[in-house]
Amino acid sequence: MMNMTRMAAVLAVTMTAAAPAVAQSLHFPMLNYRTGPFGPNGMAFADGYQDYLTLINERDGGIGGVPIRMTECETAYNTERGVECYQGIRGDSPLVIQPLSTGITYQLIPRTMEDQVPMHTMGYGRTSAVNGEVFNWTFNYPGTYWDGASVIINYLLEENDGSLEGKKIVLLYHNSAYGREPIPTLTRLAEHHGYELITIGVDSPGQEQGNQWLQIRRERPDYVTMWGWGVMNAVAIQEAANIRFPMENFIGVWWSGSEQDVRPAGAGAHGYKSLAMHGTGRDYPIYDDIQEYVIDRGLAAGTGDEVGTVLYSRGMYASMLAVEAAKKAQEIHGVEEITPAMMRDGMANLVITEELMEELGLPGFGPAFEVTCQNHGGTGEAMIQQWDAESGTWSLITDWIAPNRDLIMEMVMEDSLAYAAENNIEPQCLERSGG
Amino acid sequence: MPDTLLFAMEAALNGLTAGVMYALVALGFVLIFKASGIFNFSQGVMALFAALTLVGLQTGQIPFSHLINAIFGTRMHHFGWTLPTVVAIAGTVVVMVIFAWAVERFIFRHLVNQEPIILFMATIGLAYFLEGFGDIMWGAEVKRLDVGLPQGMSGPVDDLTFAWFGYGFYMDRLEIWAALIASLLVISLVLFSQYTKQGRALRAVADDHQAALSVGISLRFIWVLVWSLAGIVALVAGMMWGAKSGVQFSLSLIALKALPVLILGGFTSIPGAIVGGLIIGVGEKLFDFFMQPIVGGATENWFAYMLALAFLLFRPQGLFGEKIIERV
Amino acid sequence: MIYREAGDFKTSYAADNQTFPLRGDRLAYYLAVIFALGVVPFFINDYWANAIVIPFLIYTIAALGLNILIGYCGQLSLGTGAFMATGAYAAFKLTTAFPSLNIIFVIILAGVVTAGVGVAFGLPSLRIKGFYLAVATLAAQFFLIWLYTRTPWFFNYSPTGMISMPTRELFGYPVTGASATAVSGYLLCAVFLIASAWLARNLTRGTLGRQWMAIRDMDIAAEIIGVNPLRAKLSAFAVSSFLVGISGALFFTVYLGAAEAGESFGIDKSFLVLFMVIIGGLGSILGSFLGAFLLVVGPVLLKILLVNNLGWPTDVAAHLEIMIIGALIILFLVMEPHGLTALWRTIKEKLRLWPFPH
Repeated sequence: MMNMTRMAAVLAVTMTAAAPAVAQSLHFPMLNYRTGPFGPNGMAFADGYQDYLTLINERDGGIGGVPIRMTECETAYNTERGVECYQGIRGDSPLVIQPLSTGITYQLIPRTMEDQVPMHTMGYGRTSAVNGEVFNWTFNYPGTYWDGASVIINYLLEENDGSLEGKKIVLLYHNSAYGREPIPTLTRLAEHHGYELITIGVDSPGQEQGNQWLQIRRERPDYVTMWGWGVMNAVAIQEAANIRFPMENFIGVWWSGSEQDVRPAGAGAHGYKSLAMHGTGRDYPIYDDIQEYVIDRGLAAGTGDEVGTVLYSRGMYASMLAVEAAKKAQEIHGVEEITPAMMRDGMANLVITEELMEELGLPGFGPAFEVTCQNHGGTGEAMIQQWDAESGTWSLITDWIAPNRDLIMEMVMEDSLAYAAENNIEPQCLERSGG
Repeated sequence: MPDTLLFAMEAALNGLTAGVMYALVALGFVLIFKASGIFNFSQGVMALFAALTLVGLQTGQIPFSHLINAIFGTRMHHFGWTLPTVVAIAGTVVVMVIFAWAVERFIFRHLVNQEPIILFMATIGLAYFLEGFGDIMWGAEVKRLDVGLPQGMSGPVDDLTFAWFGYGFYMDRLEIWAALIASLLVISLVLFSQYTKQGRALRAVADDHQAALSVGISLRFIWVLVWSLAGIVALVAGMMWGAKSGVQFSLSLIALKALPVLILGGFTSIPGAIVGGLIIGVGEKLFDFFMQPIVGGATENWFAYMLALAFLLFRPQGLFGEKIIERV
Repeated sequence: MIYREAGDFKTSYAADNQTFPLRGDRLAYYLAVIFALGVVPFFINDYWANAIVIPFLIYTIAALGLNILIGYCGQLSLGTGAFMATGAYAAFKLTTAFPSLNIIFVIILAGVVTAGVGVAFGLPSLRIKGFYLAVATLAAQFFLIWLYTRTPWFFNYSPTGMISMPTRELFGYPVTGASATAVSGYLLCAVFLIASAWLARNLTRGTLGRQWMAIRDMDIAAEIIGVNPLRAKLSAFAVSSFLVGISGALFFTVYLGAAEAGESFGIDKSFLVLFMVIIGGLGSILGSFLGAFLLVVGPVLLKILLVNNLGWPTDVAAHLEIMIIGALIILFLVMEPHGLTALWRTIKEKLRLWPFPH
């Protein structure tokens, strides 16, 4: 029993040490995953997210003069751990929660609403959170899965001179909440454009896809789209190369288009395409600063070998949007030390312009968009990138492609209003918080 | 010939090769269970660990670099060399033998004469430990495994079947190679256990521990030996599966694919593991092919278990297992 | 001297046969219940309730259920995760189909449904034994999870396949959904745990429990002396699945609030509960509590220690954590194969003699 009391004492000490009310800092929590089946993906994102915040601290001395305080919590892409992490930080005025997991997002939507903590799910999570009147505290700019699905179809329309009549399109999806998201959109668009949609599910983690690809080989589809994550991406690309499916007709969502997905397949992956919600590579002026202030000072997160990769860029982009929202919040409220409620106002009034991106050292990196109460989802524009196996780089092959926003907003309204009715939410815009 | 039949034949053919891949993992289980009665749950993680070690040695990674960097604030990853595949494989075998020795020395020596469930639990503990250990030692990134195995569609099979049926069958060259390597592995295992002194000792231990002990066979040595053999089998399985998907965490889950193979073939039979693997491979591919339109796909996760369950109801000891004799 | 068994005289059979025949034990038990229901609710905060205490209570119920099956009846099962999922999905279907049905009945009915499913998957146990049975229960694990993720009826045709719990009230206080307070959820789980422990304890002391143990120790011998293996095995599956189903229902309704079968109730869950049972001690009610406590609190404690106090990177800490858990399991098995309860027994032995060890 002695042991137990000692353990309890250690626990008590650490608990108090874990949540100090540090004044004069902005708390940016990070719910990362560097372990488990999706660890390799989570790692790159986390590094990018952290490095950008470190850059702001080192170069600018924080946001508006207030230093950023980062805390990291490992979720292993596991919902329970995610909830535990959230419980640990919620009392510590976290400015924005970014769980990087659709499962955890669903857990946290009602909780963050209740606790009044803003959450940003960039390119994942619950699509109908676009409707800010219902989901006051959840943001998913600059794009959602439904936008992504629509962008892919619009891109294919462009490729096929405006008609997909009689084409066969396969959706290969991760059999989870995440993977099933695009099905309603693609089904509706199929009615519009007259293509035949075949959905094929892969159970997590997706180590084995022999059956699925034999089926694809038999069906001889014109295009294959993929909503995958983790090892499923790499295996699918390898299998596609094996059955000699034309890679340029294989298009993944933005979560299926990172270096680690295509590298294991080697030369076979050449020509594979995926959506890109932002630019990639180290050709942006910001990397000079990251090199100078972060890497050269030995402050880079993780091993430092992810810099410039797709998921690293995504983490950096997410963190950049969070910092801009914090700046906006400071501007709106006229105080430097903002609260989560003020941060929400900053996010709800965020305006990203091309000039701003240029100023930040990221010209053309992400789309220009404006967040409003009715639209928490930005414009939904995305580009298409293609893998070059010889040089080992992604190259952008299109400009920004807009989704079919009318249709998507219609679906968003249906879904979000159903959610509001289920949970007795009165749809309304939130007033700015006082102070 | 009607298309459906052709497609079914193609699916069955792919099932055969997939079955060999399952059997590869199941083999490791059988070896250890036969010699020590331990149901080794960590076989899958051993495959992951072996593959990680192989890639690590090949690309000259510094072991434990994450941990060292975290403690001392250094930034190092690689020694800066690449080893030839053969040398790396030999190195990995050495590591797996050391691992086998450590397992015997630190775990199972202390658990002699415990109930089977305790031994089983110990291997689950070992699986957890090894998983964390592998990640700390080599890092958790996805790694590309390149040992020169061919990949992609097999041209000759495609041409041949096209000439016969007017429809070219798809077969993965990697899986054809895996089948060849698996048969080599089985033949050498059989030769080893039939014609060498250690092999005979192994069979003696499998038959009766106490009798073997009484004629002077060292149980400890035999245990290290079978764990080393299982480690080598794990290395082969890890290489085959790792070449398909890159070396990463999910590789450890292939153990779950091997379990139904095991109960189908019986825990104690090497031919059982092979035949069980083939039956399961073909069964699940055909089931998915025919049932896919009705119940939706992705049945392969449970079908193998259901098939094995159905078999067990008729033969509770598996196809090739030894008959269970119970006495009061 | 501190713990003594002598001097506690009984004058009736009823008194001699009561659950806690020793006064000291009885007092400790009453104190624990009073503490859990009367003191903790006033002091518990959200972090403690949601991150540690509620999962501990729920896992304990699951461990109790599995302990009946493995520890008392000797039937190894690896399908706990799927049975928890069954409880969760049953609770979801019931509460959305009958919104006015009291949440307590919803949870109990979810347990009943799970018991039915458990019996169905327990049938092979009449023919298959040992590890073969363990692998056969994996069939339940994979099949049920596949069924729940593939059949839209189970998740009310929601486009994402997630089930989410609407707010339900008990005595005017919300106990589920986002507006529920930590205390109400805690009390609900605590009441269910106490009831489950009471049920498990009394069942295992009675005829049924003795039949289970006879089957566990040697099924052929038990059959010869007149224990009906069909009845004994299937009742063990039923009771075990009932408790596991309740824990699954609570896990979904009170703790998670939204769930997805494959993600929340995967095979890891089966193993986690199995660990709790083995580490705590097979065939012991107290063991289920201790095992669940160690495996829920241990990782959180390790994380706090390594990340918050030593400032190690989270990934290294997470890997170390897995290693340490694995090593702990092995260490336990080597040092004390009969689990934490055996350790507790040794402590009692020591206390009995203290301070005069000879």
